[in-house]
Amino acid sequence: MSTINAEKRALMSTLPGDDVRQIMWRFTDRYDLQMVVQSTRSVARGVVARMVADKQRDTHEWTPEKAAMLKSFDEAGITAAFMEPEQGGYISGPKNLVLAMIAFELCWVDAGAATASLANNLALEPIHEKGTPEQIQKYMGGCVPPKPGENRKIIRGSFALTEPLPYVGVDAGMLSGRIRVAEWKEGQEPILQVEKRGRFITNMGYANFVTASVDSDDPRIKSSCMIILEENDPGLYDRGAPTLKLVHQLSSTHDPIFNLKVPASRIIGGYTIKDGVIIPNFNNSEVIEAVFRRTRVTVGIMTTAKLLSAIEPVIRYQRTRFRGGSSVSAGTPRYDLGIQQKEDPCHRLVDVWATGEAGAALGFEGARLFDAFDVMEHEKDKLFTAQGIKGARAQMKAFMEPRKKALEYIELMAQPEAKRDAKRVTELEGDLLVQYLVKESLADVYCPAGKLWNTGYGATMMREAVSLMGGYGITEDCPGFLTQKWSDAQLEATYEGPECVQRLQMSRTMENDIFLAQFKNWIKDLRDLAKRKSEMGAEVLANAMDLWLWSLVFLQANKDANGKTLYGGQRQGVMFPMADALAWLLGARQLILDTLELEKKGPENPTLAEGLPGVLNFYSDLCGVQAARAAGEVGKVCAELVYGYQLAATALKPFAELRGKTDASLVGIRFSKDRAAEAVAQVMIPEALDYPL
Amino acid sequence: MTTAFHIVVCGSLVPDPLQTLEPIQGPTGPALKNEMMLPSVLDPWAGHSLFEAANLAKQHPGSKVTLISLGPKAKLQQLMMIIAQKVPFELVCLDGSASGFMDSREVAVALAGAIEKIPGLDKTKLLVFGGCSSASRDAGTTMQMIAEQLGVNDVFLAADELKVQPGGSFRILERIEGGQYQVSTCAGAPAVIGWATGNLPEPPNNPQVGMTNMRTIMPALQKAQPAALKTDAIKFASVELPKQQRQTRIVKDTPVEEIAQEIVTWIKG
Repeated sequence: MSTINAEKRALMSTLPGDDVRQIMWRFTDRYDLQMVVQSTRSVARGVVARMVADKQRDTHEWTPEKAAMLKSFDEAGITAAFMEPEQGGYISGPKNLVLAMIAFELCWVDAGAATASLANNLALEPIHEKGTPEQIQKYMGGCVPPKPGENRKIIRGSFALTEPLPYVGVDAGMLSGRIRVAEWKEGQEPILQVEKRGRFITNMGYANFVTASVDSDDPRIKSSCMIILEENDPGLYDRGAPTLKLVHQLSSTHDPIFNLKVPASRIIGGYTIKDGVIIPNFNNSEVIEAVFRRTRVTVGIMTTAKLLSAIEPVIRYQRTRFRGGSSVSAGTPRYDLGIQQKEDPCHRLVDVWATGEAGAALGFEGARLFDAFDVMEHEKDKLFTAQGIKGARAQMKAFMEPRKKALEYIELMAQPEAKRDAKRVTELEGDLLVQYLVKESLADVYCPAGKLWNTGYGATMMREAVSLMGGYGITEDCPGFLTQKWSDAQLEATYEGPECVQRLQMSRTMENDIFLAQFKNWIKDLRDLAKRKSEMGAEVLANAMDLWLWSLVFLQANKDANGKTLYGGQRQGVMFPMADALAWLLGARQLILDTLELEKKGPENPTLAEGLPGVLNFYSDLCGVQAARAAGEVGKVCAELVYGYQLAATALKPFAELRGKTDASLVGIRFSKDRAAEAVAQVMIPEALDYPL
Repeated sequence: MTTAFHIVVCGSLVPDPLQTLEPIQGPTGPALKNEMMLPSVLDPWAGHSLFEAANLAKQHPGSKVTLISLGPKAKLQQLMMIIAQKVPFELVCLDGSASGFMDSREVAVALAGAIEKIPGLDKTKLLVFGGCSSASRDAGTTMQMIAEQLGVNDVFLAADELKVQPGGSFRILERIEGGQYQVSTCAGAPAVIGWATGNLPEPPNNPQVGMTNMRTIMPALQKAQPAALKTDAIKFASVELPKQQRQTRIVKDTPVEEIAQEIVTWIKG
């Protein structure tokens, strides 16, 4: 027997609480966020849970009970969390992390409730990102619940991009929605005719306004745009029939039809007139890109929350499985541990748990990245405007020099702190454009990676969680609503661009040399960590990252046996699996980083002192489990791609060596799973779930 | 003429009752297993008194609510993220154990001392609120002893209602046996009132209220003084769970009457 397991280690005594989460997800100092978390949690585990228990998911219609849920969102500060204080909100600055937290808490109980909350923000997001000051004030301010004594009604919005036919979704270049000049009197604002049919439009059962994507159908309008439609605009504002979706029934989804006359001032971001032509300041693609760049992060968190919410009900089910039987008396292992006496259910639960933790680590890092990036992006925009730099080509030119500096900065950061040129590092850290490029390269990968892996693989693991409850798992009164959460996950994998869209984006952004330079640094850091903490799987993860990087370079540089390019063009069969593999690596690495943060900051919190060693041991073991699984996935994907397009044995010795090294570094890692499983079988759980069945 | 009060609410945290609360023998006496790691809630009776205090303060302009909490300050900080969103108040924090195994006299002395030290405290306007019971270990004696320490003679326990009358006196309903109320009239502040459940619902969370409260709560937590509590002030011969235990069952849609009948039957053994 290995000494690794024979050694007595502290076990995690209770499920990780808010103290642990706040450190790992870096909001210990954000009291505003902590309060929003508590506030949202009480709505989720109170109002929302009761609605699910009362079978409000059984109808597609928008019921008074569902409407009351929105009111509870308003009262709990969930609705106003997206707005700035000057618009009536109460949190200043970027909102990616706060919205991710809200989504996490609501999805802990029901993802449809989270969708209802997020969809309003999605409707506002085009206005928030590109709207004119007047549009921002009117619609952002209008969506804030009225304060006591204020005589106005709250307004709610829908985001209408998707159309019935032909296919229009995230491919923003194809639009059937049309916009024409209806009336343009001399010296007056043009009136536009907007025709749009929507499909699967969330919040549409009650939305007072819609932000719609439309294309020009008139030579007097230069391009596509997003435009705001209001329910009282003259013409047809038909909410359409409720979509017969099988999931997320606590959100209202319809297939609406609009044919309305609206003033041109509703074009999001405004317009200019040149030679008798209306030129929207932002076309539809520009707005959509700015929106989805951020909002996908939050969607990624949704499935993750459900995986983590499944842990407690599954443990309770496993432990109590045999209680009540005449042959099982209290105090026996069979009574106390139930199914957890066996290895397999504990191991499988560890896999579910590790996936949830890695997903949360990846998703919240994405949210934090965008919080930092948002500030830089606005600064960059201001700078470019001041310098008269406009348009993609001009910006690319302006970034040529900063790109070199960004690579220099990353190279400097790879050196030990004592050996770095501190003056140069300070210089480059103070260079907005350099830091913008560094952050952008990460954000552009983390966002689609989190959305792709958290929802896609998360849905698979949610099925595993359901299976761990036996037949009970597939009943509608399964504690924790696991079946509903599993089926809901499929829709989350589709929201805001299905998996293929995320893979497509990643296949481009992961080639960015600034990202790859940082990726190389991470490998080095993990190797250093492995010397200090072998149980976290840092070595195997570093080797798997090396393997992925080698494979990427090989696939980029080589052709298949038929002489066709391997990486690039339409070769999605190569690029997309590489994106999947990268997402695995990022999640596993981020879980290690979050655990290191807990190791560093945990001792500062006296309430954690008692149980911290056990919690750290458990998370370190989860890191090991996740690193091993990531390495397995990466090895499989890379081997298939590197060997699979060659017809004869080619000189791929370096790959074989790297793969062999990766496999060999798995030595001892399976004990991590054993140890984590032991903790799962011992950890204290509450007496009952804190929301109704 | 309106009467302004300074309402001081004594209340702290208890482990979330949904958790497994298992007594153990710790190095300094009895404790609950994994107590520091368990999530906490505001002691429910103290919570009712806080909501009653906020309501009273709202009806009497110029009134002020101060919450005095004796507990581990790091855990109190977590608790504040929830209760600071409920109603406006200022916090005075005493850093110490909130364990149910502390001596209630020691706790009362510490709390009364902290009340005396509140800057600008006008005892003629003082109402000391708290729970008549505690979910951690129900000795039910702390509020009386606070009154004694403060020299306040008017003490009401298990109150469910306080109505301020014209002229500043108030009428108080206290629970007595048989589902009856004892109705008392008190000339006015100062008074100590140990609340039962009161009549008010728990206010919804409001992060905006919380953000305002946190401006004073965080500094209060940072300057929390250690409470001088002696852990050997009281000796426990043994600690165990009640013999008569009620197993939680989850049965959907059970009528309230049926639940009540079952509880009565269970109590009668």
